[in-house]
Amino acid sequence: MKKWNLIVDVEKCENCYNCFIATKDEHVGNDFPGYAAPQPEHGHEWVKLHTFERGEMPMADANFMPTMCNHCDEPACMKVAENGAVQKRADGIVIIDPVKAKGQKQIVDACPYGAIYWNDDLEIPQTWIFDAHLLDKGWTKPRVEQVCPTFAIESVKISDEEMAGRAQREELRVLKPELGTKPRIYYKNLHLTDSLFIGGTVIDGKTDDCIDGAEIKLIKGGQEIAQTHSDCFGEFKFDGLPLQEADYQLEITHGGRSAKHECRVSSSAFLGLISL
Amino acid sequence: MRLETTLFGAVQALRLTALRFPEFKKRLREHDAVVQLKLADNSVGRYIEFRDGKISSRSGIHPAPDVSIFFKNKNIALKLLSPKQDFLFRIDAMKNFKMGMLGPDDLTVWVNELVSLAQSMWWKQGEDMGDGVTRYTNNTNGGPVNVFVKDGKILRITPIDFSDSDPATWTVKARGKEFSPPRRASVAPYAIASKSMVYADNRNLYPMKRVDFDPNGERNPQNRGKSGYERISWEEALTIVTNEFKRVKKDHGPGAIGLSHGSHHLWGNVGYYLSAMLRFFNNIGFTRVHHNPDSWEGWYWGAQHHWGHSMRLGIGEVTGQVEDILKECEMMVFWSSDPEATNGCYGAYEGTIRRLWAKELGVKFVHIDPHWNHTAALLKGKWIAPRPGTDPALAQAICYVWLTEDLYDKKFVADRTTGFDEWADYLAGKSDGVPKTPEWAEAETGVAARDIRALAREWGKRKTYLAAGGYGNGFGGACRTATGAQWARMMVMMMAMQGIGKPGVNFGNMQTGAPHDYSFWFPGYAEGGISGELAFTGAAVNAYQRIPLILSMNPVKQVVPRLQLPDAIIDGKAQGFFTDPTCKEGQFIPFFYPAPGHSPIKILYKYGGAQIGTMPNSNRWAQMYQSDSLEMVVSQSIWFEGEAQFADIILPACTNFERTDISEWCSAGGYGHQFFTQLNHRMIMMQHKCIEPLGESKSDYQIFLELSKKMGLGPVFSEGMCEIDWVKRIFDGSDVPDLISWKEFLKKGYVVVPPEKEELRAPRAYAWFYEGRKKDIPEPHPLPADYSGEWLEGLGTQSGKFEFIPNSLKKIDDPDRPALNRYIPSWEGTHTEELLSRYPLQLMSAHSRYSFHSMGDGKGTSLNDIDDHRLLVDGHYYWRARISVEDARSRDIKPNDLIRIYNDRGSVVCAALISSRVRPGIVHTYESSAVYKPVGKPGASTDIGGSVNILTNSRSQSRGSSSMGPNATLIEMEKWNPAMAEAAE
Repeated sequence: MKKWNLIVDVEKCENCYNCFIATKDEHVGNDFPGYAAPQPEHGHEWVKLHTFERGEMPMADANFMPTMCNHCDEPACMKVAENGAVQKRADGIVIIDPVKAKGQKQIVDACPYGAIYWNDDLEIPQTWIFDAHLLDKGWTKPRVEQVCPTFAIESVKISDEEMAGRAQREELRVLKPELGTKPRIYYKNLHLTDSLFIGGTVIDGKTDDCIDGAEIKLIKGGQEIAQTHSDCFGEFKFDGLPLQEADYQLEITHGGRSAKHECRVSSSAFLGLISL
Repeated sequence: MRLETTLFGAVQALRLTALRFPEFKKRLREHDAVVQLKLADNSVGRYIEFRDGKISSRSGIHPAPDVSIFFKNKNIALKLLSPKQDFLFRIDAMKNFKMGMLGPDDLTVWVNELVSLAQSMWWKQGEDMGDGVTRYTNNTNGGPVNVFVKDGKILRITPIDFSDSDPATWTVKARGKEFSPPRRASVAPYAIASKSMVYADNRNLYPMKRVDFDPNGERNPQNRGKSGYERISWEEALTIVTNEFKRVKKDHGPGAIGLSHGSHHLWGNVGYYLSAMLRFFNNIGFTRVHHNPDSWEGWYWGAQHHWGHSMRLGIGEVTGQVEDILKECEMMVFWSSDPEATNGCYGAYEGTIRRLWAKELGVKFVHIDPHWNHTAALLKGKWIAPRPGTDPALAQAICYVWLTEDLYDKKFVADRTTGFDEWADYLAGKSDGVPKTPEWAEAETGVAARDIRALAREWGKRKTYLAAGGYGNGFGGACRTATGAQWARMMVMMMAMQGIGKPGVNFGNMQTGAPHDYSFWFPGYAEGGISGELAFTGAAVNAYQRIPLILSMNPVKQVVPRLQLPDAIIDGKAQGFFTDPTCKEGQFIPFFYPAPGHSPIKILYKYGGAQIGTMPNSNRWAQMYQSDSLEMVVSQSIWFEGEAQFADIILPACTNFERTDISEWCSAGGYGHQFFTQLNHRMIMMQHKCIEPLGESKSDYQIFLELSKKMGLGPVFSEGMCEIDWVKRIFDGSDVPDLISWKEFLKKGYVVVPPEKEELRAPRAYAWFYEGRKKDIPEPHPLPADYSGEWLEGLGTQSGKFEFIPNSLKKIDDPDRPALNRYIPSWEGTHTEELLSRYPLQLMSAHSRYSFHSMGDGKGTSLNDIDDHRLLVDGHYYWRARISVEDARSRDIKPNDLIRIYNDRGSVVCAALISSRVRPGIVHTYESSAVYKPVGKPGASTDIGGSVNILTNSRSQSRGSSSMGPNATLIEMEKWNPAMAEAAE
């Protein structure tokens, strides 16, 4: 059985909000009986953009990520829904019935991802429906994918086994896997949102020039865990380190000269100038 | 008797159309009239009687027809009555009195429309998608779109994915890989938000009159912006406006009607401001509010003197860069360049995929910008954050390193440039005692000398593209500051030192230079559309021979510089300099308001979107609108936003989704020649009328036609055509019929222009100049007289070479623009110490990312919900200001706090977005708020709408130019609470 999944590449997301706007365009003012009642004009973020800024000038970065209904295989919302208001379709898509769900605010509260919104006027829970109403009419992809300028969003309709294989090969992750909800939205390069980097600038103590090609070793608990080289601006960066407080040592060598640097970091850090 | 048959056939066509189309039958009932068609000598005639919607006709001459249409002879009549029109013949017939039309405008225009509709009503438009849904197409500033319509309402607006029937896409082979763009048109967020713009809650749906404006009594100009509005009929609105036009022309003479409009409009070639608007105003005469080249500034007033390109307003050639970058480029330096925010201009995200190719190939990226901008965030790379406005010093230090370390192209400099020795002496400090060392620049710019040296060395060693401005070879916030001309001059001087045109060395950021068919012709909007205006559009260069029109001309010679419009109205005088793309020297010629023999402006006609959110020091604009020297202010606008609140009469216009038009995506034309170079595929779009105009709104064309009818100019304006006929006239005049039939085009809605054959691709920009050949770039510039040597030989400079010390600037006396481009610190920046002590922060107001200028902003659209654009606080959507962690901390500002940013010119409340992407000491925000909402007296109180340009300086970059420098603005900020609004009252 082939089922829908969505793969989001955090590295390619540029915060353009096209997916957010397209979802509003699709649902504000439009009623799709059996799928979704109209979205309120303002306030709902069925697709929501998140910004993750790291570091500081001159070494800062910013990464972005959309979240939406995860179309979980073990949906928390379905467990609390009454009279079958939440249905899991054979193709993997979760639909909150706009009629049956009336008054069931517990559906909103049950979502561990905060992806379900309460429509005050209609008194119903609402969320992103993977454009099931369009796919059922022969569309080949949801609108969030169609409008994405960088192909950061890709929908795939494949078997669960194929998806599991792809997730493993491409190091895809889901959000909050520990909850056992089994989301169908997968993320690539999610480390850009939940890891830290350590960076710095290697300079020549005599000439004050940037040093290109210095070797830098990153050591944690006495073990070398990574190695890199400085670029023409003397800059180096170790990325993907766990987002938790830890002590690191750095050994920097170039042209027979060397230096050591120690730091304790709990978030991304630019260590400043390291002089050789 | 063929003519009699033709006349009879025309009547039958009317009858058949009435039988088939109830809408047409309705139009028939609008008037009862007898219409006579005949030869001038009465030898042949047929008259048609329209009564109660019924048509009868009879051969012969009626004794007293309401409308009489006559032709000089039979041949002329047959040609003009043929369904296939030869417009050159038709124009000739009209101008030389070979035909004529007599009767009241209401009737003549109506009859012409009936004849036109009897043909066009049969044209089937859009695709039937089943379920009662029709898919139409349209075009926007942010990309072409499909529009799904059901029951007369827009259901959804989506981008266009190509089908197999669309032509093949180009491929570039480089470094062992093949690159081919996706087969689709990308879109910007404001394009996808279009439905929410159409149905916005502040649409102007009915003509309105300010309650205390009485054209026959008290006008109360002082209450503009304060008193409310009452609904009036179109008849009343049109009568008031045209009576006033006639009155001021009679009472005051030429110049009394002033026309002001924004730099852009909703997309189209018929409904655009350079088209229908100019056609109408040329016919009544107006004082032109002359636009400074707002996006080009430093390039126009500065760079062009070194390298020509006046017809592109100083920015460079645009072909071949994509292939060259993929094959050769090793490093790309983005300098004040954020194409992921600005989309180049109109280019949606077409360049994005190409930039990602460069990343895939390992091209190094450097981003010079006080803000870690959106392009930097996507591509990553080295961040260099100078203090705003100090960029020329940074550039000079880079040149100094090249000079002292032999890292420049000496052969190119020797063979292709002039004045280098004097420039080198300046860099070395020989002429002023100050060597322009990295250390000198560090003190000025705040960028470490070692970073400057490292960048200069890498640049000198690697094949480097300079991405200057969002377009890659032009524009950029750094050209819109006090030092903007210095900066743009430095950009071209740096490229001259590096030998522009050699493989891998050029201007660009992948935004321009896709391998298109550059010879396929379709007019850009600035070719003037249906205006017939030759002097102030690109028509003379690019269009008049393809789409013949009766030329129109504004006989009023009075001009007001846009930046000084408030001075002209409030103080009664102003001086400006021309934006003249025909040559480098046109810009040196000053003009004065009022012009000799002309009336001051008595009526200000404001056309299009909000401008008060885009012009510098705009409290002055609010004050201007309340001036009693303006006897009437008209706003022809779609939304009640910006300065519409100052109008006496509001004429409600509709959006491009409610009218018909035709256009090429991202094609500006005029001095935006070949803007389509930014796309992956050239696309010509039918802009279907997807839905009926909301409320009583009308298309701009229709409003001008109605006004024309009241001025006795109805047939002169319409030439007997409807909007769809103008669309067909443009279609027929272009190369599009070579690709698709009119019938298929109307149905499908778009056509993709096939890419150029690989062997015929346009050459790499400046390769001809680098190699010392005649120019072989497909552009009709410069004008032949602008070459000093042989035609096509050299650049558009006096010497034909790149001039480090421009000859054109040697001949003028502008103290702020010396021929030697020495560094002159900003007139509002780190050197203005007294001001800096009171206002220690620098304001950057960049082009907005999520709205296209004011289009899409405010209006209750879905863009309001974008957290990076506006933030909802206590029921109001506040404009965003990005501030550094450090500056927030020292002022106790927390995330999302409301802050008041202010200086002597005014104060604006924004919502703080605290960000590590901002250099401490600056506040980064966007210009172009569509909302102006003063808490007290307009023009003299705090604005909570977000029009941050209230704070910007309207001073010209240099005294001898009309160039804005809004990014040279010092401010302070503090936490704001609504109680402060009351205190400010």
